[in-house]
Amino acid sequence: MADTVKCLVWDLDDTLWQGTLLEDGEVHLPDEVRKVVMELDSRGILQSVASRNDHEHAWARLEAFGLAEYFVLPEIGWGAKSESVRRIADRLNFALTTVAFVDDRPAERAEVTFHLPDVRCYPAEEVLALPGLAEFTPATSTVDSRRRREMYQAGFLRDAERAAAPGPDEEFLRSLDLRMRIGRATGEELSRVEELTLRTSQMNATGVHYPDAVLRGLITDPRHEVLVVTLTDRFGPHGAVGVLLLERHPGLWHLKLLATSCRVVAYGAGATLLNWLADSAARSGVHLVADFRETERNRMMEIAYRFAGFEGLDEAPCPCAAVLAPAPEDSGLQRLHLVPGPRVVSTVVTVDAVDLGVPDLGVPDLDVPDPGVPGS
Amino acid sequence: MTTANTPNTHDLEKELLGFLEARTGTAWDADTDLFDAGGLSSLFAMQVVVHLEQTYAIAVRGADLRLDNFRTVRRMAELVDRLRVPAAGGLNG
Repeated sequence: MADTVKCLVWDLDDTLWQGTLLEDGEVHLPDEVRKVVMELDSRGILQSVASRNDHEHAWARLEAFGLAEYFVLPEIGWGAKSESVRRIADRLNFALTTVAFVDDRPAERAEVTFHLPDVRCYPAEEVLALPGLAEFTPATSTVDSRRRREMYQAGFLRDAERAAAPGPDEEFLRSLDLRMRIGRATGEELSRVEELTLRTSQMNATGVHYPDAVLRGLITDPRHEVLVVTLTDRFGPHGAVGVLLLERHPGLWHLKLLATSCRVVAYGAGATLLNWLADSAARSGVHLVADFRETERNRMMEIAYRFAGFEGLDEAPCPCAAVLAPAPEDSGLQRLHLVPGPRVVSTVVTVDAVDLGVPDLGVPDLDVPDPGVPGS
Repeated sequence: MTTANTPNTHDLEKELLGFLEARTGTAWDADTDLFDAGGLSSLFAMQVVVHLEQTYAIAVRGADLRLDNFRTVRRMAELVDRLRVPAAGGLNG
């Protein structure tokens, strides 16, 4: 199945609007096209612009149409459109397979396809049909997806303040008043979870996708914890930014899924979650084992695990892992292990989290080492 | 223990101190604990890893990725120097 489109990049002249701004002076925006823009926006699909025009002139026209706010990171200028599309994808941190481009000119589409073969290109005649296509129909629509554009726009404001802030990043991060909530997944949050695991590739530590139905089943499984992470700061909400799937074994918690949105990598969300988990595990007197599969995009997660103190079970074996079924052959799955101790969860993020020492549904009969006894 | 100041690591330390000062707006000593005393986040340490890998064409893998290897500029320089050795070793025997 092809990836859902996460960002659609529009040409302006004779694609978004009818007419050529610099030649005709006046251009016309059909109502049906405006509806397409608003419909895709409500589905959480970001939209941008790659247009050969004078920037101020074209942007003023978008504002006059009341559409400017719907477009993030517009590229209006005279460079190659493939470069514009590439810059937009880079700044959004989106894979090119999730980016689409619509333009009335075959030569522009060919230029984009030549340099960026992964980007899907559509002719202007298909604009009205786009919302009916499977790739523009995300599996779920949630509170977060309806607000996705606003969350990205708040993110660009943060980035701008960050670039302008003097001194270490740490000081800037503290000034954001970051608040993280970690809670057991329920109801509506589940669709946010699925959306997150579908949309987040960079920081998915395992690369394993858990469908909605599977996660729903695990929520009521007393051995499993399905946790949803949300983040806010003084600019507003980031929405659901992370998901953890944890299985309890005697003396061991097995972290089977940890995914965080690439939008919050810069705030150390992965490291904060691992520190919180390690601290919770230490309080419960259990070891941690985390699944990790190296992908092209989860390098930061590997560093986060290692910096949190995790070591490969192949480098430093531990008898605790005997309770786990072996990782499937050829899966590329590594098991990372930690003997946790109490720790400071974060110096920049305020964490409000569920107490994992109290299982949600009954207490499994755990044979737990006494954390009070120093290592033998 | 390794000897800290071989010519290699001395130059590396100077480069790394310059990089850190540019990024944090603060001057550092090669022996300062950047995270405990220095107050830098482990998040910043992640950026340092990426910087070292790109600048010195090394890959920091597995057990080498522990935070202790990045705690001071001296330790970072030693790590980089060690990981670069296979390339230089062919010439210097």
